[in-house]
Amino acid sequence: MKSRIVVSVVLLFAIALAACTPAAATGPIKIAHLAPLSGPVPTFGASTRDGGLLAMEEWNAKGGVLGRKLEAIVEDSQCTPDPAVNAANKVIDQDKVHYIVGETCSKASIPVSEIAQEKGVVMISPTSTNPTVTLKADGTAKDYVFRACFIDPFQGAVMAKFAMGKGYKTAFIMLDQGNDYVRGLAEAFEKAWTEMGGQVVGKETYTSQDSDFSAILTKVVDSKAEVLWIPDYYNVVNLVAAQAKEKGVTAVLMGGDGWDSSDLDLKAADGGYFSNHYSPEDTRPIVQEWVKKYQAKYGSVPDALATLAYDATNILIAAIEKAGADDPAKVKDAIASGTFEAVSGTIKFDANHNPIKSAAVLQVKDGKVSFVESVAP
Amino acid sequence: MRSSTVAPRLSLTQKIVQTKIIGKALITLVALAVIYLLTVNAIKNPTVFLQQLVNGLQLGFVYALIALGYTMVYGIVRLINFAHGDVFMVGAFVSFYAISRIQLHDWVARLAPGMSPFVARVIGSITVMLLAMVLCAFLAFVIERIAYKPLRDAPRISALITAIGVSFFLEYFGALKFVFSPNFTPYKRPFDVVTWTLGRQGFGRLIEGQGVPEGNITFSNIFVIIVLTSILLLLLLQYIVTKTRVGKAMRATAYDKPTARLMGINVDSIISVTFGIGAAWAGAAGMLYATAFSQVYFWMGIIPGLKAFVAAVLGGIGSIPGAFVGALIMGQAEVLSAGYISTPMRDAVAFSILIIVLLIRPTGIFGEPSREKA
Repeated sequence: MKSRIVVSVVLLFAIALAACTPAAATGPIKIAHLAPLSGPVPTFGASTRDGGLLAMEEWNAKGGVLGRKLEAIVEDSQCTPDPAVNAANKVIDQDKVHYIVGETCSKASIPVSEIAQEKGVVMISPTSTNPTVTLKADGTAKDYVFRACFIDPFQGAVMAKFAMGKGYKTAFIMLDQGNDYVRGLAEAFEKAWTEMGGQVVGKETYTSQDSDFSAILTKVVDSKAEVLWIPDYYNVVNLVAAQAKEKGVTAVLMGGDGWDSSDLDLKAADGGYFSNHYSPEDTRPIVQEWVKKYQAKYGSVPDALATLAYDATNILIAAIEKAGADDPAKVKDAIASGTFEAVSGTIKFDANHNPIKSAAVLQVKDGKVSFVESVAP
Repeated sequence: MRSSTVAPRLSLTQKIVQTKIIGKALITLVALAVIYLLTVNAIKNPTVFLQQLVNGLQLGFVYALIALGYTMVYGIVRLINFAHGDVFMVGAFVSFYAISRIQLHDWVARLAPGMSPFVARVIGSITVMLLAMVLCAFLAFVIERIAYKPLRDAPRISALITAIGVSFFLEYFGALKFVFSPNFTPYKRPFDVVTWTLGRQGFGRLIEGQGVPEGNITFSNIFVIIVLTSILLLLLLQYIVTKTRVGKAMRATAYDKPTARLMGINVDSIISVTFGIGAAWAGAAGMLYATAFSQVYFWMGIIPGLKAFVAAVLGGIGSIPGAFVGALIMGQAEVLSAGYISTPMRDAVAFSILIIVLLIRPTGIFGEPSREKA
């Protein structure tokens, strides 16, 4: 009887040990994608997931990296801090990933970046444009955190420069005080705009739960502003744009990359401009090749989110290859020091882990979104 | 225990407490400040002020339709039906699917192409609204049978908690991919928006891309539709409650359930009918709200539902004209605070009204002093 217990205990240990042996260096390298597949901006999630997975598929078709296959783990992070943090903890602690591509929204990326930094996991956010995503409280860069997109101050400045160039002098700013992305863009635009001699004739805040913007839009009409800066996501832009038409607002609506969605109400937002990371109408061969590949696989033209997720994933895998090991500490150095040929431009990271590249200005016109010009930093 | 036969002299503090003088003084101060703020702004820029009033009116009329449901149900079963806002959401989605999937708003135009497009569109839109109302009424009927009826004799708090549960169920069931999906969906209006301007020069139509002429206020056909529909539905409800047999039975049930039952009234079916009518009105409100703000999503009922609840309390819960007046006040309070204080303050103001009403006059503007039996 006693010996049987001993034997079973030994066996149990053996099983436990077998389960514990470190994932062999020959197993697949896991990359987690945190995408907002549900919540306020589901099209962002679907696009970033599709772009990221396509990049991994291509590498796998070429035989993977360092002789190992790549394995994707996709989690729904809902563009919201809590679910994003839960998803990050799950992929790091349970799935033991060393690399995260995500989150899409700044307000979710900021808490996730804290976890990535603390646990030494390399994170590249494809589209979070708020500066604090890659910055510690003391203003230095988080070693393990990067992004594949430009940041809000740059985007705000580009659009201010563009609006100035169109000859506009007065702007009205609308912002959601509770949204890091929107607030960042609003501040950046205001700063650049006033520095260039533009006038801010009104500034109003709202909350993410508002759907009636009539009170604010009445003030916009009264202020006779030429530009209405509304740097929110497409769901809010749809509401504001539709009501603006109804209230007789003549100001030109302008915003940032949050407008980029197949669900943007093109009829209501007609005439509006927004800055973006890339345009499918760009003629560079790498862009055209990417558009063709994406269309063949998913049957639609890739938006900026898909493109940036594709870029982010490619940068990450290229860096793993360059580092020569599945080791986050080496991979982060490879990203920080490397230069990468990406669809959204040639990317090199500055000291704050932000890529240096130019922005595209797009216009909503006659039911489609078209490329206007490229604005360099 | 101290006891004295002489009437005790009240100390100063007791006097203050008894006469509620602090509360009254505060309210008077706040009211004066509000009146001052509004007058100053109205004189400074009367056009903007009038425009804000119009904006508030549009919001208020939608709240009124929702508030009617709260007030009716409370009047009869003393239940605050927190799922009411979600029935409103379902109404919006029903109209959304009817319009975008089966083009129900176009059926007249398809059957009788010769008819004037305007008349065809009006009949089509009314059909969509009727469908939303009928389905919402049916939904409320089912909810009442499953969730509330078994709790008719349970403590009132149980029914309240159940109502909150039903509310969550509708929201998250709606959020499922194969139901309404968790997305913000653009709502296709059954008609095009037309905006008119009104000023000293007279009445005009706003041409898209052109500014509003100086000193003019604007209003759209959506505003007209919301106001007309709300007033019609209110009058219809008032008629049902005061002039029909069902209405009489409702009032009897509200007054005294056991006695009503003894008089041969089928109390259960009257309660069902009440839920159904309230929900139908919420369904109509859902469609109007979605038309005005052209977006539907599964949480859209929460905030309007709560605001309408505040409106019902403000007007005196249980009173139909009260709900209407309360809703109009709420609409103005919200838009004016958004216009003259700041937009994030609108909800704070809305819910402060609830607290103030509960403190100063819990029965609301039109409410009778508690008739309810302990």
